[in-house]
Amino acid sequence: MTSRLAAITLNTFREAVRDRVLYNLIVFVLLLVASAPLFGAISIDVERLVLINVGLSSISLFGVIIAIFIGIGLVSKEIEKRTLYTILSRPVRRWEFIAGKYCGLMMTLVVNAALMTAGFYLALAITSRGLRAQDAQLLVAVYFTVLQFLIVTAITLLFSSFSTPIFSAIFTFALFAIGTFSDDLRDFAAAAHGITKVFGLIAAYLVPHLASLNVISQAAHDQPVGGSLIFYNTLYALFYSAAVTAAAVLIFERRNLK
Amino acid sequence: MNHHRNTTTIAAVLLVVLFAGAVLSLKKVDSYRPDATLEEILYLPSGKTLKHMSLGYSGLLADIYWTRAVQYFGNKHLKHSEHYDLLDPLLDITTDLDPQLIVAYQTGSIFLCQRPPDGAGDPDKAIALLEKGVRANPTYWRMYFTMGFVHYLERHDYKAAEKAFQAGSEIPGALPWMRVMAAKMAEHAEDTSTAMFLWKGVYENTKEKSIRETALNHLLSLQAESDIEQLGRRVQAYRDRTGSLPANWMDVVRAGLIPGIPQDPTGHLYKLLPDGAVGVEDPKQFPYLGQGRSTK
Repeated sequence: MTSRLAAITLNTFREAVRDRVLYNLIVFVLLLVASAPLFGAISIDVERLVLINVGLSSISLFGVIIAIFIGIGLVSKEIEKRTLYTILSRPVRRWEFIAGKYCGLMMTLVVNAALMTAGFYLALAITSRGLRAQDAQLLVAVYFTVLQFLIVTAITLLFSSFSTPIFSAIFTFALFAIGTFSDDLRDFAAAAHGITKVFGLIAAYLVPHLASLNVISQAAHDQPVGGSLIFYNTLYALFYSAAVTAAAVLIFERRNLK
Repeated sequence: MNHHRNTTTIAAVLLVVLFAGAVLSLKKVDSYRPDATLEEILYLPSGKTLKHMSLGYSGLLADIYWTRAVQYFGNKHLKHSEHYDLLDPLLDITTDLDPQLIVAYQTGSIFLCQRPPDGAGDPDKAIALLEKGVRANPTYWRMYFTMGFVHYLERHDYKAAEKAFQAGSEIPGALPWMRVMAAKMAEHAEDTSTAMFLWKGVYENTKEKSIRETALNHLLSLQAESDIEQLGRRVQAYRDRTGSLPANWMDVVRAGLIPGIPQDPTGHLYKLLPDGAVGVEDPKQFPYLGQGRSTK
């Protein structure tokens, strides 16, 4: 089972690299190189802050875009090219196919984020003429971004397991946007009464809580992120993404592929 | 092959020519709608709404809005404008998006409080912005310094200035002179040294060119004002001693009342007018020189 899972994971990763996904790194580097000095010249006192905000926001945004645009084709492409039938005719279970695709896309995103982070730190070292001990805290924001990818990838895979690529992209992006409003959704539910409160609460817990996974502003201002928040965010992201992947497996297991 | 090369050449020429045409047309468009971009931005006047729409990337959006605020101020300042209507909303949106963006409160409040054309001439809005900054960053004592500065120099509210310096001095890490400033305010000290100390603080705490320039002009003007006041007293002493006004500075030097021919902070000689008044050679160098310009 492990070898089958590893094979699908590696193939998904290779395919993404062949699709020139990592080309976005060039755009990222250009953005970083150009933004901080440019903003520094036309604004006041924010050169470093802008570099951190642009760098961390780009790592997050590029990752989410890659997760959505690769994720939506993970299942449909295999059906279209009829390669899925070849895979499933071998001793590969459907859940292994879904889990392998998930791990492969996550591997792509983690490699991409790691390279971007290295580039980001290099730009930061050049702009600030060296790195400080507090700069290590920025890694927490990157780590939370990876947790965000865990959730977004699972959601993309869920929609791609039963819907067309274009609708999968729309649904995932909508859920991503709603996820950033999850705090408001919970506040709304808390202020409501009766049945509205119940439905509000269900909706608030059903959508991903992405607001707590964005600490970019906090990190940019050197504000430390507590260990408990790191621990519980990790736990939440693992539980939520595993649950959504399980839902994707459930749907895909029952899907008529003929 | 030849046909292929011709197409490439035509396409390349068209690309350059058409792009140049697009740039020229856009310049024409801009001349018909000079302020349109900023007006469009303020169709979304609520920072809180923008924060929600930023999908979590509010820090990045705050940087963009801060840059817009600086650009807006810079453009108006260059044109010696008397109205800075969008400055306060832009600063409000910026600080809603990133409440920890200290520079927006500190520099923004100076933009707001200075009299036109140096700023918006609205010290009340400057204080409101600083109070918002204090609520979001209660441990940052320098915010209280700026607040005391605005209360003292622009609002002439000594009680409020004293309270601001006092509150700032109680924050751990605040420099001891904050307490001294609070005491000075309690005395309602309208002396030049207090004003100079405050402007020096502003000069040292900002990297904004126009604010530094204004602070420097204030410092030069205050120094000249202080010099003129002192020189006026020496001229009066000469008159009391000799019964007549000095013809020139050498008379005062020879009387032992001043050590040498006095120079203003820019290196020019002070003028001694026939009626005994003291003035500066080039008043343009001292735009904030007040009544003390010709002290009798």
